[in-house]
Amino acid sequence: MAGEGKDIIICRDVHKWFDRLHVLKGIDLTVKTGEVLVVFGPSGSGKSTFIRTINRLEEHQRGTIVVDGIELTHDIRNIAAIRQEIGMVFQSFNLFPHLTVMQNITLAPIWVRRWSAEKAAQVAMDLLKRVGIPEQAHKFPAQLSGGQQQRVAIARALAMQPKIMLFDEPTSALDPEMIKEVLDVMTQLAKSGMTMICVTHEMGFARSVAHRMVFFDGGQLIEEGTPEQIFKNPQHDRTKLFLSQILH
Amino acid sequence: MTTTVETIGPPRTSVGVLGWLKRNLFSTWYNTLLTILSAWLVYSVLSQLIVWAFTSARWGVISANLRLFMVGPYPPDQVWRPWLVLAMVSLLMGLSAAVWGGTIRTFGNSLAAAYATLIVIALLIEGFGRQVAWLSSPGGEWWKTIPSAIWLTVNLILLVGAYLSARGRKGWQSALLLLWLLSFVVTIVLLQGFVKNDFLPEVTTGKWGGLLLTFMLATVSIVLSFPIGILFALGRRSKMPAVKIFCILYIELVRGVPLVTILYMTQIMLPLFLPGELRVDNVIRAMSGMMFFTAAYMAENVRGGLQAIPTGQIEAAHALGLNEVFVTLFIVLPQALRMVIPATVGLFISLFKDTTLATIVALLELLGVGRSVLAQPEFLGLQTEVYVFVAAIFFIFSYAMSYASYRLEEALGVGKR
Ligand SMILES: Nc1ncnc2c1ncn2[C@@H]1O[C@H](COP(=O)(O)OP(=O)(O)O)[C@@H](O)[C@H]1O
Ligand SMILES: [Mg+2]
Repeated sequence: MAGEGKDIIICRDVHKWFDRLHVLKGIDLTVKTGEVLVVFGPSGSGKSTFIRTINRLEEHQRGTIVVDGIELTHDIRNIAAIRQEIGMVFQSFNLFPHLTVMQNITLAPIWVRRWSAEKAAQVAMDLLKRVGIPEQAHKFPAQLSGGQQQRVAIARALAMQPKIMLFDEPTSALDPEMIKEVLDVMTQLAKSGMTMICVTHEMGFARSVAHRMVFFDGGQLIEEGTPEQIFKNPQHDRTKLFLSQILH
Repeated sequence: MTTTVETIGPPRTSVGVLGWLKRNLFSTWYNTLLTILSAWLVYSVLSQLIVWAFTSARWGVISANLRLFMVGPYPPDQVWRPWLVLAMVSLLMGLSAAVWGGTIRTFGNSLAAAYATLIVIALLIEGFGRQVAWLSSPGGEWWKTIPSAIWLTVNLILLVGAYLSARGRKGWQSALLLLWLLSFVVTIVLLQGFVKNDFLPEVTTGKWGGLLLTFMLATVSIVLSFPIGILFALGRRSKMPAVKIFCILYIELVRGVPLVTILYMTQIMLPLFLPGELRVDNVIRAMSGMMFFTAAYMAENVRGGLQAIPTGQIEAAHALGLNEVFVTLFIVLPQALRMVIPATVGLFISLFKDTTLATIVALLELLGVGRSVLAQPEFLGLQTEVYVFVAAIFFIFSYAMSYASYRLEEALGVGKR
């Protein structure tokens, strides 16, 4: 359970502007090793921007972010080091369409981790078995269904053997019948003890898997608590309103 | 009420040829009118052309000057070198047809058919003897006197042989690409030769001409403009303002000027930039003009491809820890270049035709040869024959290329992801 591990992500007073638009307004958040955190909130509230600052796809302009003991600064060596420890899964899969599934997965381990091709292929095959699609290894992404593509994207991120996984609405672009296959993989991953931050509105998943949930609105972290607290007894009106909208 | 749902095929809308004709050509009264009108137009033009071509046209002007049309002033006793280049291309073409199949195989087939036709024509005109030294030397070592029909047969055998021996070798693709690149260098060395060398005496580019020169102008400028264009396209998106401004200036200046102007400018200005002892002849100047010109358009093509890559691709690559250079080379460029292949082939076609502009800087490419032939007193008044011949050659190659680009577009699924 959560709360046992050491602090692996520490965000202090994180601010972010897009030109004049103040998108993150002082986020304070600490995530422990092995913790599964679900981030939810209305569209445009800064959820994506926030988790993207953690692997520096977006640069924060004030405050500090420390990941696995390394502070994110302009030093590109730090950024490179941190990106190796963080896997990310996007809403739109972002598989490389000109490479096969196998090549998609082995690319970074071979070129960043400097593994041999055999080792990378071995690990990739194991991961494909874990996400349930070993038979698709030599196809191109366009030949797969959305759910299969997203599972490949998860395998691709896991191949780097990251300590942390970030998910940005991984099921939002999927047809309903494919959502479950992706959530199953994520659940299994959470059970294996991976540190995960998931932006998602799959409240069933949050209820059963998350250790903690945080509610974002207007660039601020409005409320946090266990799923139990959030669903049974939300403290803020905005949280209540939002939950009532998405839970019907 | 319960009914069983039968599966039925789509309704038959056309019944054979007649149905197709009715639907497409005679569906309404104005469609019928247009059909009849165009049929009449095509018939009257084509029939006249065909009647002329087979009765009153005097094709002697072409066969008498065929060497000029093909290689221009290239020394007759060295014509075996362009032949050897062609043989190399046939070999690679055969291998490529086998390895890639599809459109390239169609090309291989067409090339084989073209060789077969040309062999028959060569035999008819040249005969089995060597009285008419058509595209070979009248004397010298044996390889210099090989008659055209034999060369063509060798080409046909190489093409078919290479195809048959490489069928199903998908693994050869990257090696073959390398070979094509290498053949480019070999071609230039072979055609150019070396100073003070008896076996491959130097043939300066000033002596290149005809179809050979047309091809070399187009190929050299496109092959060299490709990497330059990519660099300019990347530079235009660079975060460094100096680089960016330089690239934008270059691209926009060149694109704002007609090719003729650039050809004149390279004729005059290139010697000014180069050190005194380095003399470059007309052909090199024209080639560099075309290369600089094409590079600007290539840059814009590539930029279009780069822009079409979703930012998600780059973000995903960065998130995996891949660095900037790697992402550009292995994630962005391969996808972008694939998208711009059709546009690049289009660029190549227009450059291929624009090589005719080199006549104005006194180069004897295909059209230039045509004009010099017409200037000879014994061929006065044969403009139609010469220009129809030249136009036909341009048409055949341009059509082949646009067909290729069209098929490539389908095969690569450009526009689909
Ligand atoms: N690259 C960008 N440039 C400018 N504004 C942006 C950019 N990305 C996001 N924004 C803005 O920042 C705000 C937060 O966006 P985002 O983090 O994507 O929200 P969420 O993921 O919660 O829907 C929105 O108002 C959005 O329009
Ligand atoms: Mg978002």
